[in-house]
Amino acid sequence: MQFTAENWQAVLLTLRLAGLTTLLLLILCTPLAWWLAHTRSRWRAPISAVVALPLVLPPTVIGFYLLVLMGPQGPVGQLMQSMGLKLLPFTFNGLLIGSLVYSMPFAVQPLQRAFEALGRRPMEVAATLGAAPLDRFFSVAFPMARNGFLTAAVMTFAHTVGEFGVVLMLGGNIPGQTRVISVQIYDHVEALEYTQAHWLAAGMLVFSFIVLLSIHLLQRPQSCS
Amino acid sequence: MKAQRSRISPSLKLISQAALALALLPAAHAGEVAVAVAANFTAPMNKLAAMFEKAIGDKVVISSGATGKFYAQIVNGAPFDVLLAADDTTPEKLEKEGKAVKDTRYTYAIGKLVLWSPQGNYVDGEGKVLTSDFTHISIANPKLAPYGAAAMETLEKLKLTDSIKPRIVTGENIGQTYQFVATGNAPLGFVALSQVMQDGKVSKGSYWIVPETMHEAIRQDAILLNKGADNDSAKALLKYLKSDEARAVIKTFGYGF
Repeated sequence: MQFTAENWQAVLLTLRLAGLTTLLLLILCTPLAWWLAHTRSRWRAPISAVVALPLVLPPTVIGFYLLVLMGPQGPVGQLMQSMGLKLLPFTFNGLLIGSLVYSMPFAVQPLQRAFEALGRRPMEVAATLGAAPLDRFFSVAFPMARNGFLTAAVMTFAHTVGEFGVVLMLGGNIPGQTRVISVQIYDHVEALEYTQAHWLAAGMLVFSFIVLLSIHLLQRPQSCS
Repeated sequence: MKAQRSRISPSLKLISQAALALALLPAAHAGEVAVAVAANFTAPMNKLAAMFEKAIGDKVVISSGATGKFYAQIVNGAPFDVLLAADDTTPEKLEKEGKAVKDTRYTYAIGKLVLWSPQGNYVDGEGKVLTSDFTHISIANPKLAPYGAAAMETLEKLKLTDSIKPRIVTGENIGQTYQFVATGNAPLGFVALSQVMQDGKVSKGSYWIVPETMHEAIRQDAILLNKGADNDSAKALLKYLKSDEARAVIKTFGYGF
């Protein structure tokens, strides 16, 4: 009785969820972060506030509202049903959407900071050299903001791995589909299976330490230059 | 006459108020009992606490949650005087481990399991709906919650475990299980009768009260914890829960004895 198949299943599921969340958020949040970094629109403040909401809201609030929104009576649920699609709660896709909301600030904020640090100048220079907007972004901004992207990726991944309240409320605790590590640990502790809980919990502790250490190491060269 | 009465009544009022304050003051200081209550018994306990406070004058402080969690907290020194568990094994375990007072354990209620849907005309009176092709059924984690274990026993007995298993969504306790059904995300679920009962009847939706022959009795035991060993209010509360007055209330929430 060491590391059970159920535990492995939870670990793999968590990695899949965190990996997909990170990938999608980096794609979705790059334009948003870019806009936030450069706009002078009066919408900047309210949109920044909305993006930061998951930082201050209890996960139970997010989980509860997502459950209501995506449920059969909720607007999202009704839309899904009218399109003949499966409802989202208790599915992997449902968890993925929950994670996108929950981890969004962890993707947006490092990217936004990196883009702000970049300033307008390199892009203007590239423009005068005749680079098209997309080319400017990929050959100038992206390499220069590399650390921002790395930090965003690591933070988003780590935060999603550590997610608990949202997945508990939205997931339905289905092995292989929605039972992630944090829920598995919770179950073990509640059932007084402390040995099993320790295996997973200690693993999470080590993982989190490595994540924070790597972010520290990543950010050091930036602050030196 | 009129003037006279108005002259007397304020002083009378003052005296009676002072007397009342004097009568209440010591009581308010004397008794306070901290109770850890199983989630399924929260609603009846709120009502019983108000009745107890009125009858005895002692204050009841209620914490509600999962029995397993309470066990871990009590073992680690949580300041509860009384535990009203969702099962009979946890209080027994606490007694054996010396965390609770010997011979204070008794069954305060026997829980009833109900298959429930907020939709009317959905669950029939014999549970035949279980063989239909619903999307999800919400059941409390059988490892953690006695109602979940009883639900799984019932499915086993109906020989439906294999066909239903892939459609089970597990609530970490009976409260979350109810929430999955109440929000409509699962069309039906096995919950505690006490959760859907109000004033002696199921307040909405359709239901099947699972016969007690389908599963082992859900004995919910109470016990006096070590911290409450010298607390007279705690002892009074345990006694009060056995009274006819209290049992009548407990019954209206769908529990048996």
